[in-house]
Amino acid sequence: MSAYLIRRLLGAVVVMWAVATLVFFMLRMVPGDPFLAMVFDTGDPAAADDMRRAFGLDKPMYVQYLKYLQQVLQGNFGNSIYGSGIPVSQIIAEAFPRTMSLTLLGFFMALIIAIPAGLISALKKHTAIDHGVTVVAFLGLSMPDFWLAILLIIVFAAQLHWLPAIGYVALDQGFWPWFSHLIMPAIAIGTPFAAIIARMIRSSMLEVLKADYVQVARSKGLKHSYLIFMHAMPNALIPVITVMGIALALLMAGAVVVENVFAIKGLGRVLIQGILNRDYPVVQGAILVVSVIFVLANILVDMMYTVIDPRIRYQ
Amino acid sequence: MTAQEGATITQAAQGLETVSITRPGFLASVARDKKAIVGIVILTILVLAAILAPLLAPYDPNNMDFEMIESPSAKHLLGTDDLGRDLLSRLIYGAQVSLFVGVSTVGISLVIGLFLGIAAGYYGGFIDTVIMRYIDLQWAFPNFIIAVYLVAVFGTGLSNVIIAITLAFIDDFARIARGMVLTIKEEQYIDAARTVGVSDFRIMWRHILPNAAAPIIVQATVSISYAILAEAGLSFLGLGVEASTPTWGLILAESRSFISRAWWLGLFPGLAIMLTVLSINFLGDALRDHLDVRETTEI
Repeated sequence: MSAYLIRRLLGAVVVMWAVATLVFFMLRMVPGDPFLAMVFDTGDPAAADDMRRAFGLDKPMYVQYLKYLQQVLQGNFGNSIYGSGIPVSQIIAEAFPRTMSLTLLGFFMALIIAIPAGLISALKKHTAIDHGVTVVAFLGLSMPDFWLAILLIIVFAAQLHWLPAIGYVALDQGFWPWFSHLIMPAIAIGTPFAAIIARMIRSSMLEVLKADYVQVARSKGLKHSYLIFMHAMPNALIPVITVMGIALALLMAGAVVVENVFAIKGLGRVLIQGILNRDYPVVQGAILVVSVIFVLANILVDMMYTVIDPRIRYQ
Repeated sequence: MTAQEGATITQAAQGLETVSITRPGFLASVARDKKAIVGIVILTILVLAAILAPLLAPYDPNNMDFEMIESPSAKHLLGTDDLGRDLLSRLIYGAQVSLFVGVSTVGISLVIGLFLGIAAGYYGGFIDTVIMRYIDLQWAFPNFIIAVYLVAVFGTGLSNVIIAITLAFIDDFARIARGMVLTIKEEQYIDAARTVGVSDFRIMWRHILPNAAAPIIVQATVSISYAILAEAGLSFLGLGVEASTPTWGLILAESRSFISRAWWLGLFPGLAIMLTVLSINFLGDALRDHLDVRETTEI
C-alpha cells in the first residue's frame, strides 16, 4: 500500500512537471506580446524593453525555463502584470478557500438531493415518482450550469429577494452570510453531479435488492426499513465512490464557469480574468494550482476505494 | 491508473459479447424506445432549423432596430435584445454554431483518438508507452478545463475553439479504443487473419474497428453533448467565437446585464442549449441500452 502510494506520488510529480513545462512553453507561443500591449498607450518601445528586462524576458529561453521551474518549486508564480502587480501566489491564496468552499458545498448539496432521490426511485421502480426522478435527472444533466445559475439569480435574487445575487463572504464572518452567498452557486455546480449520482444509486440499489443476502434477510423476517437502511443502502452506495474523481472534475469545471456568474473571486474567476486580461503570470499560476488539485484528488479518490471497499488492494 | 485501466478493459469485454450494430432488428428496437424517439425528433428539428436558418429566421440575426428589449410579441416571437435584435432569429442562427462545433470537434477527435488508441493497443511496447503517457496526462484533467487552458494559449475565435475542444476530447476515445483492441487482439480470428498474411492496417480497419464500434458510438454521442456544453460555456465566459457571431452561450452572457427586466433573454437561449443536449443524451442513453454498453463517460 505505502509502496503504491509512493509510486503514485512520484507519478504525480512527473505529471506536474509535464504540466508546468507545457504551460511554460505554450504560453510563450501565444501570439501577441503582452508587454507591448501594456505600454501601447505610451507607444514607447524603450519602456517595453525595460519591462522585459525587469521580468527577465530578455534572457535565452532555457534560462527563463530553469528560473521558472526554480521559482514555481518555491511557490513563487511571479507578479500579476495587470493592474496592481501583486504577487500571483497571494491572489491564489485568497482565491483557493473560495473555490474549495464552493466545491465542497456543491458536493454536499448534490449528495443530499441525489441519495434520497436515487433510493426512492429504486424502491418505487416504474412508478410516477421513479419516472419523475429520471426526467429531472436528465434535465439536470443537460442544463448548462451557468444557465441554471442565471435562472436561480432571476428567481431567488431578482424576484424574491431572498438571497444575495453575487459575491462571497468568508465562513468566519458567520455561517448564514457564507451560506446565503454560496447556496445558489453550489446548487448550480452540484446539479449535473446530482443527476449522475441519482441514476447510479438507482441502478445499484436495484441490483443490491436482487442480491442473495437481501433475499435471505427478507425471508428470515427482517423489518423492511432495517433491511433497506442497514443492509441494502450501504452496499448500494459503494459505486458512488467510484465516480468521486469524476465528481470533483465536474464540480471544479463547473466552479470555473459559475464563479464568474456570481462574481466569486475563486480560482476559476482568477483563471478566466487572467486569460481575458492576458495576465500570463496569473494564468500560469492558476493553471498549475488547479492541476495540482486534480492530480492529488485523483490519488486521494483511489486511496478511498481501499478504505471503503477493503476487497480492493493496490500492489 | 491500474484500477481505471482494469475497468476500461472489463467494460470493453462486456461490450464485446453483445456488440453488433448490424444485428437484425437493432435499429427497429432503438426506434421503439421512447427516449430515442423524443431525441431524434428534437434533433431533426434542430438540424433542419440550422440548415434552413436563412429561410426560417424572421429577421437578420444582426439587424438592429429601435425596438429594444421588447418582450415576446407577435412581431418578435421571443422578444428582442438590448440592441433591438430579434431573439428567435439569433437562436436559429445559434443552432448552426452549436451543432457545427459539436459534430466537428467530436468527429475530428474521434478519428485522432481512435488512431492513437488502436495504434497503442495493437503495437504495444514503446508506442503504447508514449501514447498512454500523454493520454494519462490529459485524463487527469476535465475536458472543459483543458479546453479553457488551450483557448488561453491559442486565443479565442471559432477555429481556435474547435481546435481546443477537439484536443480536449481525444483521450476519451483513445482510452476506449485501446481497451477494446487489447481485448479483441487476443481473439482467434485476429491470429487467423495474421497467419494468412493480412496487413496490420487491414486487421485494424476491417477486424478490430467494427467489433469495437458499440462503446465508441455511445461515447461519441455523449461527447457531442459535452462538446456543445463546452462551446456554450466558453462563449459564455468570453473565450468563445467572435462577438459578432450569434451563439447561445454568448447571447446568455450578454443577457446578464438585463436579467432583472428581460427574463426572455435569460430563459430562451438556455432552453435551446438544454433541449439540444437533452435530445442527444436521450439518444445516447437509448443507444447504450440497446448496445448494452456500460457507462463510459468522463465529463
